[in-house]
Amino acid sequence: MALHFELVTPARLVRSEDVYMVVVPGTEGEFGVLEGHAPFMSTIRDGAVRVYRTDGAAPEEILVRGGFAEVGEKGLTVLAEHVEG
Amino acid sequence: MASLKELKGRINSVKSTQKITKAKQMVAAAKLRRAQAAAEAARPYATRFSAVMASLAGKVSGDSAPRLLAGNGSNKRHLLVVVNTDKGLCGGLNANLVKEAKLRARALIDEGKDVSFYLIGRKGRAPIKRDFGSMIAREFDTSTVRTPGFEEAEAAASDLIEMFEAGQFDVAHLIYPVFKNSLTQEPVNTQLIPVPAPANSASGGAVIEYEPDEEAILAELLPRFIKTQLFGALIEREASEQGASMTAMDNATRNAGELINKLTIQYNRSRQAAITTELIEIIAGAEAL
Repeated sequence: MALHFELVTPARLVRSEDVYMVVVPGTEGEFGVLEGHAPFMSTIRDGAVRVYRTDGAAPEEILVRGGFAEVGEKGLTVLAEHVEG
Repeated sequence: MASLKELKGRINSVKSTQKITKAKQMVAAAKLRRAQAAAEAARPYATRFSAVMASLAGKVSGDSAPRLLAGNGSNKRHLLVVVNTDKGLCGGLNANLVKEAKLRARALIDEGKDVSFYLIGRKGRAPIKRDFGSMIAREFDTSTVRTPGFEEAEAAASDLIEMFEAGQFDVAHLIYPVFKNSLTQEPVNTQLIPVPAPANSASGGAVIEYEPDEEAILAELLPRFIKTQLFGALIEREASEQGASMTAMDNATRNAGELINKLTIQYNRSRQAAITTELIEIIAGAEAL
């Protein structure tokens, strides 16, 4: 019962871990991704990706700029051009 | 034959050259490790990106495709984006790149196309200017930063897209070195604009939902793709430069060592000869008494 989450920038692989839920700032609105999400792709706007390690835990915020998110069988992959923090 | 003093001077001069080449070799070796690590770290992004591009490009085709993917219908004016290093002392790396670029340019000119150049890095400017002086469209300077990163790739990419949008060229090729190992760096040549449609459009699997629609995503991804390509080229260039530099400097150090040995032998022979002559003179003088 875990979602595999990867955050990649051109310079490095920032995150690759199993988490509970990730909330991604899509261009047409934020969306949360849990395990077993349907295949989905969206561009993202500049903002914070919120990572929930466990159910109900305080989210960890990662600021990203420019990129897109893809949900596939292997989990969620966020490709961002810049990551802060 | 050179005098003893002259020989001593030569030996000292070669020795200091050897010190320089040896230092440069060690610096290159250290930098190479970092450049290789950077190249490795950049790989996941590039592979993911190409996979996404492949699945998207297969879906959006025909008239609705953006111009960066479909081209502007013409195939007349070609732009060669040549990635060279900023510093020398790296063996034949830049010479090979320039040779490849010139070969490509001549082939295109023979086909009746117009060719212009977009030069990244300082070391390609002079040799290309010599043959194709009037065809250099723009030069992009990367020498102001120590290690060119994504910002530089971004700047160059938006520069290129601007030129494409303004209709200054129809097709862009990218020529850059690919780092195989520290002995071989091969210049390769890929098409940059219009983005070549990936052959293996993976259409299998579940239906993917897009937000906004496929075309909007693709329109946003194409400039990013070009940036990623340029960034990859810059990173490969960095690794190639250090690898080539390490090999070249290793050779130079070894050559200097050989030269020092040879000169030292010559120096010792001359010294012996001088002593022998002196002795003969003394003995001859003593016998004459």
